[in-house]
Amino acid sequence: MSGRRSEGGAIDRSKPISFRWAGKSYQGYAGDTLASALIANGVSIIGRSFKYHRPRGLIAAGLEEPNGIVQLEAGAVTVPNVKATQIELYEGLSATPVNAKPSVEFDLLAVNSLFKRFIPAAFYYKTFFWPSWRLFEPSIRKAAGLGDAPAERDPDHYEHRFAHVDTLIVGSGAAGLAAAEAAAALPGNERVMLVEADFEYGGGLLSAAEPVEGLAPLAWRDAALARLRAAPNMLLLNRTMASGFYDHGLVALYERVSDHLPPEQRSGPRQRLWKVRCKKVILATGAFERPIAFSGNDLPGVMLASAAQTYARRYGALAGTRAVLCTNNDGAYDAAFALHDLGCTVAAIVDSRAAPGAGADAARQRGIEILAGFVPLAAKGRRAVRGLEVAALGGGVRRRIACDTILTSDGWNPAVHLHSQAGGSLAYNEGLQAFLPKGAPQDAISVGAAAGILDSDTAIDAARAAMRGEPVEAPVQAAVGPTRRFADGDTRAQTAWLDFQNDVTVADVQLASRENFRSVEHLKRYTTLGMASDQGKTSNVAGIHVLSGLLKTPAPAIGTTKFRPPFDPVTIGAFAGRAVGEDLAPLARTPSHAAQVALGAKMENYGGWLRPAYFPQAGESEQQTIAREVHAVRRSAGLFDASTLGKIEVKGPDAAEFLQRIYVGGVRTLKVGQCRYGLMLSEHGIVYDDGVFARIGEDHFLVGTTSGHAAAITETLHEWLQCEWPHLRVLVENVTTGWAVMNIAGPKAREIFAAVGTDIDLSADAFAHMQYRAGTVGGVPARVQRVSFTGELSYEIAVPWGYGAALWDALMEAGQPHRITPFGVESLMAMRIEKGFLHVGSDTDGTTYPQDLGFGPAIAKKKDDFVGRRSTMRPDGLREDRRQLVGLEVTDGGPPIEVGAHVLPADATEARGTQGWVTSSVYSPTLERPIAMALVERGRDRMGETVRIWDLGQWRAARIADPRFFDPAGERTHG
Amino acid sequence: MLLITCPHCGPRAEIEYRCGGEAHVERPGPHDQVSDQAWADYLFYRANPKGGHRERWLHVAGCGQWFNVARDTITHEIAAVYPMGETLAEGSAA
Amino acid sequence: MTRHYSALSLLREGLNGQRGWQPAWEDADPKPRYDAIVIGGGGHGLATAYYLAKNHGITKVALIERGWIGGGNTGRNTTIIRSNYFFPETAAFFEFALKLYEGLSHELNYNIMFSQRGMWMLGHDRHGMEMLRRSANAMRLNGIDAELHDEAAVRAEIPGLNTAARFPILGGLNQPRAGSARHDAVAWGYARGASALGVDIIQNCEVQGFLIEDGHVRGVETSRGTIRSETVGMAVAGHSTVVAEKAGVRLPINSYALQAFVSEPVKPCLDTVLLSPATGTYLSQSDKGELVIGAGLDLYLSYAQRGNLPWMERAAAGVIELFPAFSRMRFLRQWAGICDVVHDSTPIIGATDLGGFYVNCGWGTGGFKAIPAGGWCLAHAMATGTSHPLAAAFGIERFKTGALIDEASASGIAH
Repeated sequence: MSGRRSEGGAIDRSKPISFRWAGKSYQGYAGDTLASALIANGVSIIGRSFKYHRPRGLIAAGLEEPNGIVQLEAGAVTVPNVKATQIELYEGLSATPVNAKPSVEFDLLAVNSLFKRFIPAAFYYKTFFWPSWRLFEPSIRKAAGLGDAPAERDPDHYEHRFAHVDTLIVGSGAAGLAAAEAAAALPGNERVMLVEADFEYGGGLLSAAEPVEGLAPLAWRDAALARLRAAPNMLLLNRTMASGFYDHGLVALYERVSDHLPPEQRSGPRQRLWKVRCKKVILATGAFERPIAFSGNDLPGVMLASAAQTYARRYGALAGTRAVLCTNNDGAYDAAFALHDLGCTVAAIVDSRAAPGAGADAARQRGIEILAGFVPLAAKGRRAVRGLEVAALGGGVRRRIACDTILTSDGWNPAVHLHSQAGGSLAYNEGLQAFLPKGAPQDAISVGAAAGILDSDTAIDAARAAMRGEPVEAPVQAAVGPTRRFADGDTRAQTAWLDFQNDVTVADVQLASRENFRSVEHLKRYTTLGMASDQGKTSNVAGIHVLSGLLKTPAPAIGTTKFRPPFDPVTIGAFAGRAVGEDLAPLARTPSHAAQVALGAKMENYGGWLRPAYFPQAGESEQQTIAREVHAVRRSAGLFDASTLGKIEVKGPDAAEFLQRIYVGGVRTLKVGQCRYGLMLSEHGIVYDDGVFARIGEDHFLVGTTSGHAAAITETLHEWLQCEWPHLRVLVENVTTGWAVMNIAGPKAREIFAAVGTDIDLSADAFAHMQYRAGTVGGVPARVQRVSFTGELSYEIAVPWGYGAALWDALMEAGQPHRITPFGVESLMAMRIEKGFLHVGSDTDGTTYPQDLGFGPAIAKKKDDFVGRRSTMRPDGLREDRRQLVGLEVTDGGPPIEVGAHVLPADATEARGTQGWVTSSVYSPTLERPIAMALVERGRDRMGETVRIWDLGQWRAARIADPRFFDPAGERTHG
Repeated sequence: MLLITCPHCGPRAEIEYRCGGEAHVERPGPHDQVSDQAWADYLFYRANPKGGHRERWLHVAGCGQWFNVARDTITHEIAAVYPMGETLAEGSAA
Repeated sequence: MTRHYSALSLLREGLNGQRGWQPAWEDADPKPRYDAIVIGGGGHGLATAYYLAKNHGITKVALIERGWIGGGNTGRNTTIIRSNYFFPETAAFFEFALKLYEGLSHELNYNIMFSQRGMWMLGHDRHGMEMLRRSANAMRLNGIDAELHDEAAVRAEIPGLNTAARFPILGGLNQPRAGSARHDAVAWGYARGASALGVDIIQNCEVQGFLIEDGHVRGVETSRGTIRSETVGMAVAGHSTVVAEKAGVRLPINSYALQAFVSEPVKPCLDTVLLSPATGTYLSQSDKGELVIGAGLDLYLSYAQRGNLPWMERAAAGVIELFPAFSRMRFLRQWAGICDVVHDSTPIIGATDLGGFYVNCGWGTGGFKAIPAGGWCLAHAMATGTSHPLAAAFGIERFKTGALIDEASASGIAH
C-alpha cells in the first residue's frame, strides 16, 4: 500500500491514462506497464498463489514475473494469464486478478495455507485415491488453473511472415545494439534484423545510471538507435520476442502488433509469427536475477533488486518508502541507489559477503548502512512486509530492520534459453554460480549479460569483438557472495519460496530429495518447481542450488532441466495464422459449382471437394431425392459433374511397360482407343486405388483415379519412376484440374450428347462401351470415355476446365426434352451399390488385398510382377478365412442396414466376436428394397447363407449374396 | 524446421518436402523367387541409425523430384545432398 | 519411517514436518548377477520389473536405466488411456491395460490420478461417421464400452465446439471409461512397488553391449560394469533398434519424433479427451488446467527430443477449428519424444532370435496407455519363456507372414 510515483522515468506525464484493476479505477501514464502503474498506485497484492492462495505482489518487472498474472479484458477479447509486467498501459484497459475468490484481498481458498504443512509438494500422490480419485478430482480441478479460458470466438486475426537474414540480433540492450551496429556494417551483410520483446528498446539501459561509453545510458541508446535506423540493411522490430530456436537457423519471432492499443483502435492483425531463417544469430537476451530464499520471501513487498530499480528509474514508481537490499553481489547496489536517489529510504544493505565490493563506498556516501556478512532470515508481516530479520551468515548476531520493501539479489542467470534450444551446451561458472552458454551452436553467439558479462562497456566491446569473429568469454569478475543454505528440517524452509507461482518451497525440495527425487528432472516433476507459466525463470537455478547443497553435489553435476520453446507463452492463434475457417483446408470446387448451387444442390465435403450430395426439391426427404435422381438416370438421363475424378497422363515409349508394373491387371495388350478397369496396390499389397485407364495413343495413357486421390497417385507413380525404374522413358503428369468432366448417363445419354454437337461418331458400333474417343464437343476439344459407374449407357466427356460450366449448361439444355436430371454423389453411390461396384475406401480398408475382392484369378493369369504383388503372396494373404467382399440382402423386412454394422454367424446368440462388417448400404430405388455390401470371412464361399447383423445393440438379419444386384450381365451399359 | 537444399530448386523449408525413408534399399525380385524373410527385410527392416543416415526426399511443393540426403538423426545436420541413382563415397557423409 | 501412503500418514507426517518419509524407491548399485535384467526404466520397464516380482516371484531383478526413470516417453506423452481399438487382438490387450489402470492406484498405493472422463472421437463427414459406427460396434463386440452419439449429444457434452466449422461435427464416439492419468506417477508408482519387492533400480547405467554365448544372452555390459543374467528384457521405446542392435537383433522399427504441447493453465474448460481425426487434433485438459495437445509424427528419422514448428502450427489450427475461443490462449511449452514406429502401429512383445532376450517395443505413439499390460506380458514372457495369450499376436514373425494388425488404417484411430 506504500507504492507511489516519484520523479523521473521514461513515462510521459503529459499523457495520463485511466485504467481499471479489479473493478476500481486508477491512473497511469503512457509508457507504463500495468505492473508499474499498479505499483505507482500503491496496489501491492496483485495475485494469489496457485496452491496455498497466499497473497502475492510483483517480484519482477519483466517476463520472468511469476506472481502478477492477470485476466486482461473480458468477453471476446479477453486474454487469461497475462503477466502485468508485459501489458502496456492503454486508455480504458481493464484487468482482473486470477485464481482468487472473491478477491485478491480476501481469498477463501487461502484456507489452504493453514493446512500447508499437511499438503507439501506432491502430497496428492499419497492420498485422494481411496475410494477413488474421481471423488476428489473435480474440486482439485476447480481450484487449479489460473485465469478463465475465453468463451467467445476470437474476433482477431493473426498472420505469418517469413524472412531470411544474414544476422538476427535478439535483444536491444547495450550488447545487442552494439552487435547490431557491427553487423549492419559488416561487408556482405545484406539483411540484419534486431528484435526487442519490450516496447522500448534498450534492455538494461532503461534502468541504468552509470555512463555507457561516456554517455548517459539513454543518450547512448538513442545515438545507437539513430545509427541503426539509418542503416539501409537493418530492420528493427520492437514488441517482438524470439520465442524459439529451431533447426537449421530458424528462429520464430512473436510480434504483438496491436495488443498495446485500446481494443476499439486495433486494426490489422493482432499478432504476427515470423519465421526467420538466419545465417548468424546474436543472442543478447540478457539475464534474470535470482531471488533469495528466506522465510516469508513471498510477502508482497519483497522483490528482485533489479525490478525495483526498473520500476524506479524507468517508470518513476517506487514500491515502498523504506527498503532493505539483500544481496551477494555488487550489481544490486545500483538498485538501492536508484531507490535512495528518488526519495525512498534505504534502511540497510544486507550483503552476504564479509568484504563488500566497490558499491560499498557509494552506499556509505549516501548514508546507507551496510551489514556485511549478513543474510536475510525472515520477512515479517502478514499481508505486507513490516520488517526483516537478518543474521550473520555464520549464525549468532541477529537484527530486525523495519521496512516495507525488501530487495533481493542472489546473482544473475544468463538467459541461455535460445542458446540451449539451438542445441548449445552449458558451462557452470563458479564465480557467478550460474550456467553460461558454451560455444556457438548453429552460429548463435551469446553476448552481454546472456554470456555472463554484466558490465555494459565490457559487454559492448565483447559484442563488437564477436561480430569480428572473436570468441565471447565471460570476464573474470568478482564472484557472487555466499547464499544461506537451509539445514534439512529447518522449519524456515517451509516458508522460503523458490517457485512463487507453483508454491514450491525449500522444504519441498528437501522433501523431494529425502524421497529420492534427486535427478533435476525428478525434482521438477515431483515438486512442480519451474513448471508454472514463467517456466522457472526465477526458480530453476535456485532449486538446483538448494539440491546441490542437500546432495553435496556440485551444481554442474546436477545440471539443468531442458529449455523448451516458447521462451515465453505464445498465443495459439499466432501459430495458426491464417489457417482458420475454410482456409484451414481450402475446399476445391468443380466447374459447375455455381450452376449446381443454383439448382439447390446440398453441397458437402467429399475428400476436399465440395460436391453435391443430391439435389433436393421442396418437401423431399434425402431418400426420396435419391430415389428420384436414380429413377431419372435409369429411365431417361442424368447429369453428374465428375471433374473431381483423377486424371493422370502417362506418356513415353515405356508407358505400357511402366503401367504393366503398376496395375494388378494387364496393360500391354490394351489397344489404342480402349479403356480398362484397373486396380492399384500399395507395395504392402493393400488395395490403394482403382479407376479406368485408357490407351489414347500407342505410348500414351490416361490413368483415372478416384476423386481426391490424384495427387497421391501421381506422387506414387513418380516415386516408382524416379527411385526404382529410372531407366523407363515415361512422363507422368497430373492433369486433373486441366479437364472438366461431365458424366451424362442413362438411356437417353447418347441423344442428349449428340444434341450438344460433336464430331465423334456416337453410334454403338463406332464407340462401344469401354472405349475412348477424342474430338470436339460443342466446338471445343474433348476427350470422351464411354464408361459407367451407374450401370447405364454413360459418357464421361472431358473438356478444358474453363469450358466445364458451359458444357454443363449445354447438356442441361440439350437434355430438357428428356427431363435430364442432375444427380449427386449419394445417388451415384446408390446406383453403384445396385451394380455391386466397388468403392475403394468404403468397401476396402487398410487390410484389403485384391484377392479379397475377387481379383485372385486375374492375378494368377498375369505373369509379370506388379507393385504389391509379393506382399499378397505372404502366408497371411493365402489364409482361407480372409474377409471377402460380398453382397447382403436384408431378410428381416427392415430398413437398410447401417454401414459399420457387424456380421455375425446365423447361430450367434450373444454380441461377441465378429465375422466382418457392412461397408456399403442403401435402399435401392430400382429394386425397391434395401441392399448392402460387406466384408465377411469366407464370404464368397457362403453365398445364400443367412447371417445375423449386429448394430449398436440391434439385431438384424441378412443373406449373403452376389453383390451384382441389378443388371448383373451389364447389358444396359452396352445400349 | 529443416532447411534442405533441393538440387534443382535450392534451399527450401522442410514443409515443402516429404521424406521417403532410407535410401539405396534394393527391391528384391523376381516376385516368385523372393523369400518371405527377404521381402520382410525389404518392406520393414531399416538401419534406423542414431547418427549418420542416408535417406531420400521428394520436393513435393517444388520440382517434384526425388534426391538423396545424408543427414544426422541426432543433430539433424545435413552433410550432403546428391542425386538419385548415385551413391555417396564413404567418409563424405555424416 | 513412513512407508504407506494415506490421508492419515500425510497428517502424521504433517505434524512431523514431513521428515519421516522413506525414499519412494531405493537407488541400487549393480550386483554381478541377477535372475533377470530389465533394460529401460520407463513405464514398461518398471512395470515389467514389478510384475516379475509380483506375479512370478522373481525378485532378484536389475532394472537398468541410462538416465533417470520415467524420463523417456513415459514422461513426455499426453497421458491418454483408452481401449477404443478395432481388432480383437488389440482390443483385448488394451482393455486389459485399462482394467489394470483402473485398479492401479490401490495396487501400488500411489495415486496415479486415473481420471475416467471419457474420450470422444469426432466424425466430420458421412464416411467418418460410418467409420465411427464400425468402431463402436467392434468395441462393443469386444466387450468394451462405446457410445455413438449424434451432433446434438456431442455439443451437449462438450461445450464450446465450433458451430461454423470447416469440418462440421456430425457426431462422435465416446468411450466413457477412457481418460487420462498422471504419467510420472505411473513410473514412480511402479518404481516404488518394484523397489519394495526387492528389485534393484539402477539409474545412470547405460547398456553398452551384450554377453552372448551359443545364441543365448548371458548378461549385459554397462557403463557401471558387467551384469550377468540368462534372461534379459528390453523396454526402451524410441531407442529399441539402437539397443537391440548391440545384441545383434534387428527390429522393423523407425524412430520418429512426436511432439506435444501444453497451454498455460486455465480454469476447467474441457472435461473430456477429444480426438478429431479430420483436423488431426488430440486435446484434453490436465488437472492442473493446461490444455494438453498431441501432434502427429514428423516422418523422418530423429533421435532429437525437441520440438518443431510445422506441427505446432497444425495443432494450433486444429485446436482453433474445434474451439474458436481457445485461439486467444497461449502455448506454454512444446517438447518431443522419440517413438518406435512399426508399419502396423501394433507393439512387438515377446521372444527374439537371441535366446533369453525378450523385447517390448514398437508402441508407436501409444505406449503409455499400455504400460500395465506391456509390463505384465513382458514379465510373463521373461518368466515363462512363452508368449502371454494377450500378446500372442504381437510377435515379430508377423512382419514375415504378413499377419499385421493394422489398427490405424483399419479404423482411422490416430495413435
